[in-house]
Amino acid sequence: MKFQILRFDPDVDQKPYFKEYDIALEPSDRMLLDALIRIKSIDDTLALRRSCREGVCGSDAMNINGKNGLACITKVSELKEPVVLKPLPGLPIIRDLIVDMTQFFQQYHSITPFVINNEPAPEKERLQSPQERLELDGLYECILCACCSTSCPSFWWNPDKFVGPAGLLAAYRFIADTRDHATNERLDNLEDPYRLFRCHTIMNCVDVCPKGLNPSLAIGKIKEMMLKRAV
Amino acid sequence: MASASSLPVRKFDAVVVGAGGSGLRAALQLSSAGLKVAVLSKVFPTRSHTVAAQGGVGASLGNMGEDNWHWHMYDTVKGSDWLGDQDAIEFMCKAAPEAVIELEHFGMPFDRNDNGTIYQRPFGGHSQNFGEKPVQRSCCAADRTGHAMLHTLYQRNVFANTQFFVEWMALDLIRDAAGDVVGVTALEMETGDVMIFHAKATLFATGGAGRIYASSTNAFINTGDGLGMAARAGIPLEDMEFWQFHPTGVAGAGVLITEGVRGEGGILLNRDGERFMERYAPTMKDLASRDVVSRAMATEIKEGRGAGPNRDYILLKLDHLGPDVINKRLPGIREIALKFGNVDCTKEPIPVVPTCHYQMGGIPTNYLAEVVVPKDGNPSVIVPGFYAAGECGCASIHGANRLGTNSLTDLLVMGKSAGDSMIKFIRENNTHKPLPADAGAISLARIAALDATTGGESVHAVGDAMRQTMQAHCGVFRFPDMLEEGVTKIKEVAERAKQLEIKDKSKVFNTARIEALELQNLIEVAVATMVSAEARKETRGAHDRADFHNRPGYVNGRDDQNWLKHTLWYKDGNKLDYKPVNLTPLTVESFAPKARTY
Repeated sequence: MKFQILRFDPDVDQKPYFKEYDIALEPSDRMLLDALIRIKSIDDTLALRRSCREGVCGSDAMNINGKNGLACITKVSELKEPVVLKPLPGLPIIRDLIVDMTQFFQQYHSITPFVINNEPAPEKERLQSPQERLELDGLYECILCACCSTSCPSFWWNPDKFVGPAGLLAAYRFIADTRDHATNERLDNLEDPYRLFRCHTIMNCVDVCPKGLNPSLAIGKIKEMMLKRAV
Repeated sequence: MASASSLPVRKFDAVVVGAGGSGLRAALQLSSAGLKVAVLSKVFPTRSHTVAAQGGVGASLGNMGEDNWHWHMYDTVKGSDWLGDQDAIEFMCKAAPEAVIELEHFGMPFDRNDNGTIYQRPFGGHSQNFGEKPVQRSCCAADRTGHAMLHTLYQRNVFANTQFFVEWMALDLIRDAAGDVVGVTALEMETGDVMIFHAKATLFATGGAGRIYASSTNAFINTGDGLGMAARAGIPLEDMEFWQFHPTGVAGAGVLITEGVRGEGGILLNRDGERFMERYAPTMKDLASRDVVSRAMATEIKEGRGAGPNRDYILLKLDHLGPDVINKRLPGIREIALKFGNVDCTKEPIPVVPTCHYQMGGIPTNYLAEVVVPKDGNPSVIVPGFYAAGECGCASIHGANRLGTNSLTDLLVMGKSAGDSMIKFIRENNTHKPLPADAGAISLARIAALDATTGGESVHAVGDAMRQTMQAHCGVFRFPDMLEEGVTKIKEVAERAKQLEIKDKSKVFNTARIEALELQNLIEVAVATMVSAEARKETRGAHDRADFHNRPGYVNGRDDQNWLKHTLWYKDGNKLDYKPVNLTPLTVESFAPKARTY
C-alpha cells in the first residue's frame, strides 16, 4: 500500500517534505494505525502519538487524505491510495505527525472545565434525574483529540481568541449540568466578539468528529442562551 | 551528553509519576493540601489508560437493593483466591462509597436511576450476602466509566492548579545511600532533555504492563515503567505471575468488551449455541469471576467447541437485550463491535477470546500506599519517601485475581490514600534529603548506550520476541515444561534487549528512543512474570497450572499449606523471596480460605 507522509524533524530538516512509503500490509493490519506501526517497524524515525488504539484516548488524530480523523479507527480498506498523511492543520508542527497542542488546551482550560457548585456537598450524591443526565450525552464523551478545532477555519485564524468547537462543547457540557451553578459566569466568559461568536457554523467540526458529536449544536444552544439573557 | 552532576534539578514537595486515575487522585489530594506537586506523564493526562475502562467502579452504595462493604469485601477476598491482604481489602471496600460520592461531587456524569441516585449494574463476582446471588454494585457512566472518571479527575486538578509535566517520561528512581527515595530522573520528549525531579515524596502511579503479551487490551503506553524503574533500583516486584485475562477481548483485535455486557444480561455461547457457563458456575453463570470465565472459555475452545471456521473463539450474545438497552447502556460497545469485530451487536453475537488485561502484582505496598520491602527478617519495612498506587502497586487488594470494577475502586481509594500518606510524611520530614552525587548517571548511561549502539537489534524485533514468548509460555493455561522453557527463552530475549539499536538519533520527540526505553521496562516485567510463574507450584486465581488440576488434597488446585504466600522477585540474580499473606482484616473477622465456587 502506498503512503505519502509529511515529515519534518527540526533537528535536521529546513522545511517539511513528503516521504513516500510503499509497504506490504499483513491481514491483521486493519486500521491506519496498524499500517503506521508497520511503517515504523521499518523506519523508526517516523514520529507520531498513539496510545489506546481504540478511539478513546484521542492521541492519534491526524489529517488523513485531507480530512481530520483518528488513525486507530480508520480502516485501511476504506482509504484511497496513495494515503496522504499530514499533521493536524493550523497548529505548529513539533515533528512529523506531532503538533504542538498548547493553544488547543489553553482554550479548553479557558472555559473553567470543572463543575462549579459552592453549596455544601451533601452526604450522598447530588441527585439528578435520568432526563437531566441525558442532557450531558453528546457532550461529555469528547476525547480532546482536536480533530474539530483544527478543521475549523475560524480556529485557524484566531486560535488565541476563538475558543473553538472542542472548548465550546466543553463549555456547554458544564452549562447543561444541573449540578453546575455558574451558568451566568460561563456566559459572561464567552460574551466577546471572538470567544464564541467567531463560530460561523461552517460545520467542519460536526463532519470530522470521530465520536459523532455535534459541537455546532452545542454552540447554537449557548448563543440561544446569550440571546435570551440579553432580552 | 551532559554529566550527571550538571543535570538541571527542580525541587518539589511531591512528584507523582503517571497521570491516570490514581496519579490524578493523589495529585488532587496533594495540591489541595497546598503542597508543591509535579505530575509527570508520558501523555496528556486524559490519554492515560484509565480512559479505556468501561463497565464501572465498584462501591456498595446500595442504590439498587441491599448492599454493604462487608459483602464487597468478602467477594474481593474470594475473588483474590485468598491471596489478597485482608487489611487492604477491608480498607478499600469500606472507603469505596465515599470515594465514588466524592467523584460525583466533582462532576462525574454517572448514569442515574429514576429517583436521581447513581445507577449501578451487576458485575462478575459481586454478590449479595456472601455469595448468595448477584448484586448491582457497579456505578457507571454508560460503558465509558473510565473516560468519564479520568476527565473528571483531570478537570478537578485544573481547578486545584496542579502542575503537570506533559510528555515527560520518568527514567529512573533516585535512592540515596540509606535507600530512601529522593526523586526521579525524567526525559522531556519534545526536547530530549533530561532533568532531575528532587522530591520529599515520590509516587509511582504508572499503571500496568499488559504490553508484555502479544494479545492485550492494554494501550501502547502500558509498558510497566514504574516496575522497571523500581526493579532497577533494587525494589522487589510482588506476585508478578498473576495476570488477568479478560474473558471478552474482540477476537483478533484484542480490544476490550466490558463485562458490563454480561452485567446487563449478555451471555457467552459455544459453537453449539450452548450457554456453557451454566456448567462451570451454576450460581453466577456468565457473571462468575474473570479467571473462572476465561478458563471455561479456554477449555471450550481447547475441547473443540469454539465458534468460527477455526473454532477459536466464543460468541458473546447481547442482541436479546434490544437496541434500546444497548444504545443507552452500552453505546461504546456497539461502536467497538462494529469497528473491530465487524458485527452489529444488536443483531449478531461478538466473537471474543480471553485477552491479557490487568496486572494483579506490582510494587509491594501496604494499604497506605507506602512501598514496603523485606529487611532484617521483617517482610514489610517501609522505604521512606516512596509510594505506589493503582495498577503498578500491589497492596495486595486483588491477590491472584481481580474482580471487575475493583480496578477503578482501587485507583480512587489507593490514590487518595497515597496522597494522604505523602502529605503526612512531608509534614513530618519537611526538608529535601540531599541527592546522591551520581543521581542521574544511570539514566544518562542508558540513553548514551542507545545513541551509540550499532549492529544491534530493532526494538520491534526484540519486542515481538518478548510478546510471543509470553503469549506462548505464560497464558491462561500454564504447563511446567512450557514455563521452564519460557524462563530460558525470556532470559535470552532480555539479553537481546541489552543491544537495542535505534536509527533515530534526533533530540526532538524521538519516539524510537522512547519505545526502546519502554521495552527495557517491559523486559523486567516479562522476566519477573515468567520466573515467578515457573516457581509457583499450584493453581491459584489467574495462575492456572495444568499440572495441578484435580490434584487430591488441593482445593481448586490450590496448595494453601505451601503457597498461601506472596512472591517477591528481585532483578538482581532473578532471586525469589516470599512473604506471608495478611489474613487479618482491620476490624472484622478473617475470611478463612475455602473452596471457590460461583
